[in-house]
Amino acid sequence: MSLDLHATAPPEPRPPRARTSHRRASSATKLDLKYSPYLYVLPFFLIFAVFSAYPIAYTVWIALTDRSPLNATISFVGLDNFVELITEDPQFWNAVVNTFGMFVLSTVPQLMLALMLANALNRKLRAQTFFRMAIAMPIITSTAVVALIFSMIYAKDFGLVNWLLDSVGLDPIDWRANRFASWFAISTMVDWRWVGYNALIYLAAMQSISKDMYEAAALDGASRRRQFWSITVPQLRPTIIFTLIISTIGGLQLFTEPLLFTSGSGGLSGGSEGQFQTITMYLLDVMNQRFRWGYAGAVALVLFVLIALMSTVNYLLARRISSDK
Amino acid sequence: MTTTTLRPPTRPTAPARATHQAERLWKASPLTWFGLVLGVILSLFPFYWMIVIASRTNDAANSWPPPFLPGGKLGENIERVLANGDANVVKGLMNSFLVSGTITVATVFFGSLAGFAFAKLRFRGKNALLLIILASMMVPIQLGVLPLYILMAKLDWLNTMPSVTVPFLIGGFGIFMMRQYAEQAVPNELIEAARVDGCSTWKVYWHVVMPALRPAAAVLGLLTFMEQWNQFFWPFVVLADPSNPTVQISLRSLNTAYFADNSQIFAGTLIATLPLFIVFVLFGRQIIGGIMEGAVKS
Repeated sequence: MSLDLHATAPPEPRPPRARTSHRRASSATKLDLKYSPYLYVLPFFLIFAVFSAYPIAYTVWIALTDRSPLNATISFVGLDNFVELITEDPQFWNAVVNTFGMFVLSTVPQLMLALMLANALNRKLRAQTFFRMAIAMPIITSTAVVALIFSMIYAKDFGLVNWLLDSVGLDPIDWRANRFASWFAISTMVDWRWVGYNALIYLAAMQSISKDMYEAAALDGASRRRQFWSITVPQLRPTIIFTLIISTIGGLQLFTEPLLFTSGSGGLSGGSEGQFQTITMYLLDVMNQRFRWGYAGAVALVLFVLIALMSTVNYLLARRISSDK
Repeated sequence: MTTTTLRPPTRPTAPARATHQAERLWKASPLTWFGLVLGVILSLFPFYWMIVIASRTNDAANSWPPPFLPGGKLGENIERVLANGDANVVKGLMNSFLVSGTITVATVFFGSLAGFAFAKLRFRGKNALLLIILASMMVPIQLGVLPLYILMAKLDWLNTMPSVTVPFLIGGFGIFMMRQYAEQAVPNELIEAARVDGCSTWKVYWHVVMPALRPAAAVLGLLTFMEQWNQFFWPFVVLADPSNPTVQISLRSLNTAYFADNSQIFAGTLIATLPLFIVFVLFGRQIIGGIMEGAVKS
């Protein structure tokens, strides 16, 4: 780096010219220092304004209208879309229940398993790098790939899971037909991809916990399990909050896995009776299949409110649980 | 990681026992080993099984009991996928490389430039702008999906690559990560020295800051490429016409048109995963390091 500096800044002493150019340079430097930072952050704000802020503001406006590509004129309907959505749309509530069901069913085991895995990885291990790599591998697959592989694992007729059930003498399950079974299948797809990722995050946090604490606890006769619950988990509190919020944002947007769980067309309906249709699937259904754009705007806004609400609830919960200790 | 052999002087009792206990504390128990090995098997099995099904005929893939060993039809299945006119996998692959590559380069460049400004330059409204960037990371794309779709239609970008590229050229995460790194990795004295020598802020960025940011730039690039390669939701919305897909949308077409042909679908998933698999084998440590580091800082 010092080499670079020398290359770019040759201090050549040329008295008469240097003075004028120095003065010019200093006013240019002032301008440079004052305005170029804005230039450097400008690309983000341009993209953000056009492709995020403007669409979000527009969503708020559109949700108050009956806009549709089928309507010649757009009229302002006030909160009608929201009233309809909340009071007389069982399909929306079905999607909300499905989304929350799969969210809880996937997030709880996901974070528990990740904690346990991280705790195991935090021991003295041979082939540590191998274990970390193997456990992180699933994150290189796309959700589409995960959904397709697991769709076959959960196939009704020749599926792997049903074969396992059969070989221990249990009846096969039609994983798509039954509501809870489909939730379970989809949750395992989510978990398979994200457990390793969360485990790495927990592992990083665990490694920054002082070893003295564990030594002291061990001297006092605390078992490993006790140490885990009384030292590790409370120390990980900020990290647990972080992963909970990330999982909440991701979980409530669940889309690709349930969409591709249905092979053939018509994936947006989420099964024959919408048993695994999520809010995002419903949003696209309203938008592109029924062309009710104003109503879709309302769905999007309610989804966002739900995400914000759940993130806050999770934050408060996680804060309380571990501060008891 | 260094093992703690230093004991605080306040606890001089039975030092031998203490180290012994500390050693035992960090040794993996048989149960731990069992859990880890099980975890590894569960993590890797779907990859293995992907190869098993992708290398068999469709009849063999749909047999009872299910096949557990690879067959000899991998080349044939891959050829069938690539020749499948409905899925356009070849075009999907090229598009995905183009889109992910462009976004990666742009994210690293704009991210390091803005990150440098936020870490090392002084300007009015810095904190407010930073707050907007932070907030932007919390907003799901669904919130603006409909107007964004309308916008794309107006720009005449539907079913084209700009629709899945331009909105993602720079995101909040990239700026944040580069800012964090720049604050620590670039000493202020170095920047001052460059300024005294007459460097403009741009030259400071290009000759002093950018070289120092290289390790973080590599990690950001890898994570961005992976994320963009795997995008599904937004491409699904704007690339509805299957003639010009990204590779993930090709997979969806395979699933829609040939729902019975699992060996072809799995050959497709293998093709779509292979580039990232290569990236992971080459740069796995950096990727893992990036995930772990990002977590500690946030």
